[in-house]
Amino acid sequence: MFRYLIHLFITLGLALYLTGCAASATHIASEIPPMHTVSEFSDDESVSHTRDPWEGFNKGMYKFNYEADRFFFLPVVNAYETAAPGFVQTGVSNFFANIREVRTLYNSILQAKGKESLVTLGRFLTNSTIGIGGLFDPATSFGWRQQHEDFDRTLETWGVGTGPYLVLPILGPSTVRNASGLAVDGAVRWAVVSSIDPFGGTGAGSEIETGATALEAVDLRHREKFRYYESDYPFEYYMVRYIFSERRELTTIR
Amino acid sequence: MKIERSVLIVFLLLMPVFAWADEAVYRYPVADSYAATILGTPQNLRPELSGKVPIKTMILETDLKKPEIFFYDHGLRYTAAFQDRKAPLIFLIAGTGGGSKSPKVLALMGNLYQAGFHVIALPSPTFPNFIIDASASHVPGNLPDDAVDLYRVMEQIWNVSKGRIEVSHFLLAGYSLGGTEAAFVAKLDEERKVFDFRRVLMLNPGVSLYTSASRIEGLLDRIPGGPRRVGAFFNRVMEKSTNFYRKGAFVGIDDDFLFAAYQAQLLDRDEAGGIIAVSFRISSAGMVFASDVMTNGGYVVPRNKVLKNSDSLEDYFWTSLHLSFLDYFNEYFYPYFQSRHPGLSKEELIEALSLKSIEGYLASSAKIGVITNEDDFILAPGELDYLRRVFGPRIKIYPSGGHLGNLEYRDNMAFLIDRLRSATW
Repeated sequence: MFRYLIHLFITLGLALYLTGCAASATHIASEIPPMHTVSEFSDDESVSHTRDPWEGFNKGMYKFNYEADRFFFLPVVNAYETAAPGFVQTGVSNFFANIREVRTLYNSILQAKGKESLVTLGRFLTNSTIGIGGLFDPATSFGWRQQHEDFDRTLETWGVGTGPYLVLPILGPSTVRNASGLAVDGAVRWAVVSSIDPFGGTGAGSEIETGATALEAVDLRHREKFRYYESDYPFEYYMVRYIFSERRELTTIR
Repeated sequence: MKIERSVLIVFLLLMPVFAWADEAVYRYPVADSYAATILGTPQNLRPELSGKVPIKTMILETDLKKPEIFFYDHGLRYTAAFQDRKAPLIFLIAGTGGGSKSPKVLALMGNLYQAGFHVIALPSPTFPNFIIDASASHVPGNLPDDAVDLYRVMEQIWNVSKGRIEVSHFLLAGYSLGGTEAAFVAKLDEERKVFDFRRVLMLNPGVSLYTSASRIEGLLDRIPGGPRRVGAFFNRVMEKSTNFYRKGAFVGIDDDFLFAAYQAQLLDRDEAGGIIAVSFRISSAGMVFASDVMTNGGYVVPRNKVLKNSDSLEDYFWTSLHLSFLDYFNEYFYPYFQSRHPGLSKEELIEALSLKSIEGYLASSAKIGVITNEDDFILAPGELDYLRRVFGPRIKIYPSGGHLGNLEYRDNMAFLIDRLRSATW
């Protein structure tokens, strides 16, 4: 069996190699330099300061996300938006936002942001109780605006640089630091959930957790209006990369 | 009963005063033409839209084999909002670089749908998606050719839509370059008669594509270092905006932020003009690149180069951003048409891309009207008078609004809808 597989691979590889040769042999039209090249405009200040050494990989991932959206996430989100009434969608969004308050809370504490920590704690307690487990958001109407903190920002306040640009599968535009932050926040959450084990008594704990994770993913995609390639702009990748870094710039150092 | 009547009387007494005030003073709030163009109309001065507008994005499939780099392009994307009863159908044409979901298109669509029209919106022929899928030459800007492409697309869309909707008659409107194109499409329709448009509206159109584009490009002459320093200029404006944003308690880059920046006079007039020109450059960069790839033109991309998804396009982006419309016209556009029509002079081509080439038709056709502004800077001195002369009573000129800044203003939208509904101008 093993031998057969090796044989198959060698044959396939050889076939691909040969067709590759054939294909390149037909494409003999050689490239001619264009009328204008970038070297003419090197006297201008560059606009993008994002380091993107893995651009080829990132663009592959960008394309992957587009296809994943197209064949999986968007149909699911569309079905969700059609099936669930508006107030249910809002309730779901509130519920997961309330859970994320925990993340904001410990990260504000780690960043020694007293006021933010208190507001977040107040929000979490209010919404979990009066807001019926987070389905409603009365805290905002009391004037406690939602704060956003994550481990990425904690790393930033600790002086860690962003690292290169990185397009993550499903999650999209990110940086190396941001990705590490996500991993840490994810791990903390996993640890908290498994120690509390909220669905342990139901006998189907892991199924419920999987369902909740899936619902959260749908909710995230539902709230994010961005659609890959919707701009039809040939340089969308660069625009998105620029806007991503500008947006972080706007929201972080305040 | 008594109270109701007295309320009614007070109302009646007040009515003429309001009407008179509205007639006499135009209350669009942004006086400066560049600022108006950037800011548009504040939310509370737009018409109220009640209920959901069923806007659907549709794809007109084209069977052309596309270059790998455009793998995400599955056909021409247009938008539609249909009534569930018999109604007039209006086609909208977006302005330079605009798609069928650009904010101005969506605004027009929402208002026209609410006013009872079926609406179908098309991207501008300068929009990459149109260049790739719907342009026969893949070289946008030649208005008579673009009109032929637009008309073909409209026919195709009508063929797939007519089973689903009941249409009483057809109308056409376009803004900016789309307005100029609407005139050419209307003329073509007089020969083909597929739609026999009852009314055609040109909203802030250019008279001459060449002149209007040159005027927008001219705004870059007033930035520090001139057009070659668009990158440095952009960085400076972004830095100012970022600092301003951080100082204030803003929740996002929204109307509140923009109007606050305007009130604080964050940008001077030259900078505001520069920003308009830069956004024009950004959309024309996409146009130049898409056209060049489609024609294998060797303008910014090496001829015969087969681009793959993993290839970096950053250098092409940077190059295209630094090429002006005049570069495109002189080095790419004109040679393309000259090679197909030997003996065609540059002046003749410029003339063909102007309303002047179809002036006789425009002056005699009672169905076509123009709505524009006194301070629309895409018009050269004399061009507004030219429009007055050609269109006579069929032109409405507002005192301010810049280029399309007042499009969504209540009075403008009401007037526009009224013109589309009425049988005579």
